[in-house]
Amino acid sequence: MNLISWMRGARQTPSDDFPGGIFPPDRKAESLARPLEDAPLAPRYILPLNQHIGNPAVPVVSGGEQVRTGDLLADAAGVISASVHAPTSGTIIGIENRPVAHPSGLTTACVVLQPDYRDDWRNSDPWPDFRAHRHADILQRIQQAGLTGLGGASFPTAAKLASDREHVTTLIVNGAECEPYITADQSLMREQPARIFEGIDVVDELYRFDAILIGIEDNKPDAIEAMRAAVPVSLADRVTIRTFPAKYPSGGEKQLIQRLTGLEVPSGGLPGDLGLLCHNVGTLAAIADAVLRDQPLIDRVVTVTGEAISRPGTYRVRLGTPIDFLLEHCGAASGSLERVIMGGPMMGFALDTLDAPVVKATNCLLAPTEAELPSPEPAQPCIRCGLCEQACPVGLLPQQLMWFAQAHEWEKADDHHLFDCIECGACAYVCPSHIPLVQYYRFAKGTIRAEQAAHEQAERARQRFEARQARLDQEKAEKEARRKARAQAAKARKEKAPSSAAGPAPTTGSPDDPLRARLEKAEAKLADAPEAHRKAMETTVRKLRQQLAAREQSPAQETQPPQDRSAT
Amino acid sequence: MITPSSPHVQRATSVQQVMLTVWAATLPGFFALIHFFGWGYLINAILATVTALICEAIVLRLRKRPVARFLSDGSALVTAWLLALSLPPLAPWWIPVVGSIAAIVFAKHLYGGVGNNPFNPAMVGYALLLISFPVAMTTRWAAPEALLADGHSLSTTLRAIFGGLSAESPVIDAITMATPLDTYKTSINGALATEVRADPVFSRGWQAYGWEWVSLWYLIGGLFLLWRRIITWHTPVAVLSGLALCALLFSWNADLRVPLLLHMVGGATLLGAFFIATDPVSSATSNRGKLVYGAGIGVLIYVIRTWGSYPDAVAFAVLLMNFAAPLIDHYTRPRVYGETGRS
Repeated sequence: MNLISWMRGARQTPSDDFPGGIFPPDRKAESLARPLEDAPLAPRYILPLNQHIGNPAVPVVSGGEQVRTGDLLADAAGVISASVHAPTSGTIIGIENRPVAHPSGLTTACVVLQPDYRDDWRNSDPWPDFRAHRHADILQRIQQAGLTGLGGASFPTAAKLASDREHVTTLIVNGAECEPYITADQSLMREQPARIFEGIDVVDELYRFDAILIGIEDNKPDAIEAMRAAVPVSLADRVTIRTFPAKYPSGGEKQLIQRLTGLEVPSGGLPGDLGLLCHNVGTLAAIADAVLRDQPLIDRVVTVTGEAISRPGTYRVRLGTPIDFLLEHCGAASGSLERVIMGGPMMGFALDTLDAPVVKATNCLLAPTEAELPSPEPAQPCIRCGLCEQACPVGLLPQQLMWFAQAHEWEKADDHHLFDCIECGACAYVCPSHIPLVQYYRFAKGTIRAEQAAHEQAERARQRFEARQARLDQEKAEKEARRKARAQAAKARKEKAPSSAAGPAPTTGSPDDPLRARLEKAEAKLADAPEAHRKAMETTVRKLRQQLAAREQSPAQETQPPQDRSAT
Repeated sequence: MITPSSPHVQRATSVQQVMLTVWAATLPGFFALIHFFGWGYLINAILATVTALICEAIVLRLRKRPVARFLSDGSALVTAWLLALSLPPLAPWWIPVVGSIAAIVFAKHLYGGVGNNPFNPAMVGYALLLISFPVAMTTRWAAPEALLADGHSLSTTLRAIFGGLSAESPVIDAITMATPLDTYKTSINGALATEVRADPVFSRGWQAYGWEWVSLWYLIGGLFLLWRRIITWHTPVAVLSGLALCALLFSWNADLRVPLLLHMVGGATLLGAFFIATDPVSSATSNRGKLVYGAGIGVLIYVIRTWGSYPDAVAFAVLLMNFAAPLIDHYTRPRVYGETGRS
């Protein structure tokens, strides 16, 4: 092994670990002190049409309509989309633009529902014996239930399940929940493990896995115990519950795969490339509800915690519940909150309004006091201490990426694998200079994407322009050729007139033969024509060749080239 | 409502804390130096630190940076301190002053201030002094206190430091002595190891009187930094291994060249390995990079000490590898998760 290849060689990490990572205080005990609770019905529900990655759903109800719990409110638009259902029975007030929980602070179209507090369910058709149904029907049920991944990214579940089922051999169940404060999955595993295993059973019916690996961090002994006890006999020989020391970000899909299998998802690839399918425990429970009980996704488990909350806990919350209502129910002194974070302290984002509703991605609402999570200190210059690099779970060079982002060296940033960054925040967590590193990466990624889009647009414009230019050139050339042909014909007629038995007609190969000149020109053009209008040029050349061939067969016509018809 | 970007939680740490930890970790070695070689080190440290802080404040003001915030980050203190630990303790007063000015103004701020200097500022200061003032930098090493009849009194130390180069040379001659590395290197040419070892500088202790204890305390300070995760093991281990490997290869015969143990504890090796080569700003960044970088320093220390004209070589070795750090970084980019087949 030469020096250079050694210097670039693979990192040695034990097979059940990933490099880097951090150990922030987990602060989970506060919200786990009490069992999972149902949140009360809210006075109003706000259901954004876009709670998932992909196309916004298309509303199928209008203002004034009565709906029952579970009724379809908006239908999925295409494969990468998810439908929206009524979280309770009531009256549709309308479809309005409302502020939603999004880092941009934008508003989006939401269905607004006034509940009637009867919580009257729609007619349902439970399938306790779901195996009796065709796979296509099961998939359709999942698709119609509006399921998305409940771990955070909100990718439509049906789209994930629809992709390539042939090569997937292993199900990875994500119960790691590594981010501080968040306990939604832990609480679900602790209290309703049977629902999770029902979901595993349904997915297994579709895939027939060789192995089912459940990954849970060892700081959740209650969840581990409950899950172990709940493994059904039918799955027992294939299910492995793997625990590992708590380390952030174990729950990242790629990091969990590395911990459970020792494999790495190829850069730019998907777990499916390794024959793996990953699902969060919450998603699996929701799959069970959808398929076995015909209940669409209308609620989810949300951790409400932080020192500004007097009754922290985990709550089963209907989607669309306004965040301020939920916080108040949990004992937050409304108006006194300094900051509310949706998600955890590492990857969540601070809300700029509490009118926003709980959505499918809301795993945690964190209302810390200033003393608990102090505002960031002013950034100081990077001292290149390298702590960020020691912490990066992906093996990136965070400080180099920051230099590149600062210097707007986008190509270098891309070359240093900026797009493999999972934005886990481990680098910024350890930075002694308090540099908001993740913000730099988001900025760089955004700029690079915008530049790529602009570049593609410019490229399309250039192609359009060139195609037009070529068309104009061709028209000009044709015009010129016709003019020459006419001139020549006139000349020939003139020559013919004084001495009708005069010399032979000019040979077809003569250099000033307009048809041949045009053919040569067209051929030359074809040689370096851009892909876009190569076809048109080829047609032109073919036509010219045909004409030339036709003329050679009947030299008498030579003085009247066929393409001259248009001119006469 | 405040809406900062994620992450919303940070480990309680700061540049100041990092710098002050490094500074604190040098203190055992510093006190050992004072114990064995007298007050000169304390006076050097005061002169260098005061000069460095004044320079830092002036330059920060000229550069229109927040003076208090940057001055309190501790980086100037650490630079001055490391420089003072490296200088001969009885050197004239202007030696630490000029060294500090060079380190702070030229090596640090002209390149953009903390975090932006490609070369280790303390070592730039040291190299500049060694090249410009070789006499002051080589003849003013203090004799071990125990070898002097009445030790290093504060008054003679002050007279040596503030009296300039030529003042009272009999007094100065009495309290200075060549360093063990220098002594061994110059004497071994015409003598056997046992004869060289008869020199008073080796008369007590198991390697070089005083220095081995100073080195031991530097080692302990370095282990403290490792434990506090301020540094990683890669650089110091690589420096020491590089030096040890060369010493084993070329210095196996103590009658010919300075032997391994004297290389390790007789000079600035451990100070260099744990405190100077580990300066993150000017070193390579990845773990593998640090191994290459450290090994280069270790090898260069041996090469310069053995075949160069200077008795000690930490400063030049570190500076030369500072040059190489960007190249090392280029070739030691760690493999990224999921990265497949790079040429």
